[in-house]
Amino acid sequence: MDPHRIIDHVPALRRYARLLTGDAWAADDLVQDTLERACRKWLLWRSGSNLRAWLFTLMHHLYLNQRRGAPPLQTVDIDTLHEGLPAPAQDTDGALDIERCLLRLPAEQRVVLLLVALEDMAYADAARVLQIPVGTVMSRLSRARARLRELMEPMQAPAQHPALRRLK
Amino acid sequence: MIRSPAMHERTPHSIDENDLHALVDRQLPPARAQGLRDRLDAADARRLAQWEAQRTSLRGLHAGMEEEPLPEPLRTTATRLQALQDRQTRIWHLGGMAASVLLAFALGWTLHGQWHPPPPAMAASVANAQRFAQQAAVAHAVYQPEQRHPVEVAAAQQEHLVQWLSKRLGRPLTLPVLTPQGFELVGGRLLPGESGARAQFMYQNPAGQRITLYLGALDGADAVAGTAFHLHTSGPVPAFYWLDEGFGYALSGPLERNALLALATAVHQQL
Repeated sequence: MDPHRIIDHVPALRRYARLLTGDAWAADDLVQDTLERACRKWLLWRSGSNLRAWLFTLMHHLYLNQRRGAPPLQTVDIDTLHEGLPAPAQDTDGALDIERCLLRLPAEQRVVLLLVALEDMAYADAARVLQIPVGTVMSRLSRARARLRELMEPMQAPAQHPALRRLK
Repeated sequence: MIRSPAMHERTPHSIDENDLHALVDRQLPPARAQGLRDRLDAADARRLAQWEAQRTSLRGLHAGMEEEPLPEPLRTTATRLQALQDRQTRIWHLGGMAASVLLAFALGWTLHGQWHPPPPAMAASVANAQRFAQQAAVAHAVYQPEQRHPVEVAAAQQEHLVQWLSKRLGRPLTLPVLTPQGFELVGGRLLPGESGARAQFMYQNPAGQRITLYLGALDGADAVAGTAFHLHTSGPVPAFYWLDEGFGYALSGPLERNALLALATAVHQQL
């Protein structure tokens, strides 16, 4: 991958947007809007500066604006959903669990966690993208990890005592 | 002997939570990471293991998307952006900064025209934009000499200023910071425009020079996509103006062209 080629950044942007929005269509729309905005703002990009950070910054602004304008996302209680779903294979189940739990995090915590843990961004770079102090990045990261653990716990419990669950 | 609680808490094990995050996120130099690992107590180690597990699961989510072919619209837009960037890179390599910025603006405008034929509304919007710049320059000339009431709301009440003007202009506004360029915010005021409210922010440098940023909704600003800076020189002071997402912006001040352009660029970057 060439960090100066826009196209090489797009797959990562799509995946990040997918996990951010929780929806494949919304994610591609967000990436499309980001690239179009970048086309309108391209004069701001300085040759040699961090292209990736710039694209993530633009995407973050758009995401915030969308959320401001849109009604809050419909949420379904995770336990209800979990009960009602057919049990898929073990691996997929785990992946679905963490993906659902991720979407239940407050957006500002999810964003930080994704930039750091998925995109490998340095804390200072994440702070620049989100335009918040590094201290805020750290406190959100801390809350995100703690919350994610809380959310994951009840889901992991049944796996340890399958009999109790099935016999009910 | 009574052991003080403070002493008890300060065990040699206690490590900073931020260091633990940095360890999971591979943001520590290897030597420090190892030193930290050696000092973890059972509780830290458990937390580290949980975070590591979270990280691994997160990184597995939709991992296949990285290999998928891109949807066509994304590919097309990315290619268009690449062409713009390549041009910019070449220009930057050509020469001086100010000169290349100007060149880039000019090219951007031309390129824009090649890819999308200008809509009929464009001529009208260009006239609107020029009028907008003229109004900005006049507003500058009117309020700039004011000693006692240069602004309605002073910089001290910055939060109120932003909220108030955002509400009146119907969109969340950002106050650009021009301190690195030597200009401090004086404050702002609300002004009438052709089709509604306009806002004016005033900045001043230690030499007492004042510049104003004038902004507001502008009819036809949507028709002219693309962000090109234009210099308006027929008003009482020069103004650089541009359009962005339905809004017009003009930065006016009695400065020479390059200095004003540098400030306008700084403003534009922050909006």
